[in-house]
Amino acid sequence: MGPQHPSTHGVLRVKLKLDGERVIGSECIIGYLHRGVEKIAEHRTYQQFAPYVDRMDYVAAVSSGLGYCEAVEKLLLVEAPPRARVIRTILTELQRIASHLLWLGTHALDIGALTPLFYCFREREEILKIFEKYCGARLTTHAFRIGGLQYEAYDTLEKDVERFCKDFESRIVEYETLLTQNRIWIGRTKGVGILTAKDAIAFGVTGPVLRASGVKWDIRKAAPYAAYDQYKFEIPVGTTGDTYDRYLVRMEEMRQSRLICLQAIENIPTGPIMAKVGKVLKPPPGEVYHAIEAPKGEIGYYIVSDGTIQPYRVHIRPPSFINLQAFDRMVRGHLVADVVAIIGTIDIVLGEVDR
Amino acid sequence: MADESKEPKPPQVPTGDKPASSTPPVSTPSAKPADASTPAAPPKPPAPASPKPPVVLQTPLDNELVKRFRVKFGAALLDAIEDRKQAILTVDRARLVEVALHLRDEEKFDMLADLTAVDWPKRDKRFDVVLDLYSFPKNERLRLKVHAADAEEVPSVVGVWQAANWQEREVFDMFGIVFSGHPNLKRILLPDEWLGYPLRKDYDILQQDTAWVRENLGIESGQ
Repeated sequence: MGPQHPSTHGVLRVKLKLDGERVIGSECIIGYLHRGVEKIAEHRTYQQFAPYVDRMDYVAAVSSGLGYCEAVEKLLLVEAPPRARVIRTILTELQRIASHLLWLGTHALDIGALTPLFYCFREREEILKIFEKYCGARLTTHAFRIGGLQYEAYDTLEKDVERFCKDFESRIVEYETLLTQNRIWIGRTKGVGILTAKDAIAFGVTGPVLRASGVKWDIRKAAPYAAYDQYKFEIPVGTTGDTYDRYLVRMEEMRQSRLICLQAIENIPTGPIMAKVGKVLKPPPGEVYHAIEAPKGEIGYYIVSDGTIQPYRVHIRPPSFINLQAFDRMVRGHLVADVVAIIGTIDIVLGEVDR
Repeated sequence: MADESKEPKPPQVPTGDKPASSTPPVSTPSAKPADASTPAAPPKPPAPASPKPPVVLQTPLDNELVKRFRVKFGAALLDAIEDRKQAILTVDRARLVEVALHLRDEEKFDMLADLTAVDWPKRDKRFDVVLDLYSFPKNERLRLKVHAADAEEVPSVVGVWQAANWQEREVFDMFGIVFSGHPNLKRILLPDEWLGYPLRKDYDILQQDTAWVRENLGIESGQ
């Protein structure tokens, strides 16, 4: 299967071993999109490398960017000012919703439900418009800078976010009306691609996939970053760890993200948006690993500094890559048609898998 | 590398002139081109960053975990430090699997979050293999390191954490470090027949396996 198959969400190639219609073994062939991002990082300055991380998970560039900026801030021993952190939180949560919407639309499309895609893209468009108004870009936004923000929030940001959140409440209900009780949807997702909590942890799986298996773990709660410690939100968890559970978890996550956005716009602190960092960044020698909760799971940055303006080593722990490892476990014993559902439910972006 | 002095500037210029037009004009009146790089970051003096190095960032670590570890492994623990409040243990390569099992079962580091390597070509044992562990019950992270020279093999931890499988393959792919006992050690991101290990420091950024590119892609250079 693949690499040029619309359901593989990019250029994933899967070798399947079949017994009739049943899958008895699989192997993922990846690397078609490998660009050597980590090598490039060693030849760029800290600031110059920041836009590259947007091009890994290109449907959630804001989240990747936040992880990188915070990792370098940790390395530099600086902290972004409160105002910057709140604005970062708002944009990152909007990005989570946008990423989940794209996932929902394409995942449903893969399984045969054509309609949700149009609904999801309608709302995603609104989020992208907010990004566009904020920083001029829609996809590879490079929204944040090391030390804070480059751009002050535009005048109507709060109003735009509020309007979006208001509309979005009923929109989620629309998606759920289309799918949650839909017999075909349930038939195609319930009991498909089960991943137990034990397996999920052994494979290092994180994000909604882990939570759907019943592990209540979210870095936003476990090690709060940005401004997440100020807001109330729930971590949804599943019970069986099948495709249907992962669907429910992500739906609930969108609701929670919406709530975080609403809480955040209520009180955006005033003050500077940029911490005191020099134009030339020379982090003191040492190393740091910083992880945040991206829409797809834990995105971690391991950065080693040798005291020069260029990182000595940058390693990115991409959630898609690690989560995809569990694919083989999830797919065994299922029909070929379910393979498509399982690829969709892991929610991978090949730009991030291959780097 | 050579033009280091020029490099920091490019990102500043495009980022610098945008807010001047989008935010309420405060500092716009005067000459734009000359000012283009200033409105972005008010802290002009890079001074606050430079007095920092004297602060000791790497401190020896001696907590309960390390004490228990010392009792059990003694000399196998080569170093225990804390860097920016993150715990780092360096252990004897030969006993890695034993150590990993201990950390997983006794210390409850049940997830291997990340596995990678760093190349220090000037050092006697040039590679650091770096494992980032996470404990769900304790909500703690721990970094584990082993050193390895060029042709030395590192014991695979796939038997301890399944997650190591692809990550060790990636390290093999990029650094050429062989993990003994790995069930399926082959390249993962690069083509199987590729020659060379790109993330080694002596592999130039423009370097490639020219023969492979010519043969398989039918072009002279992929650059």
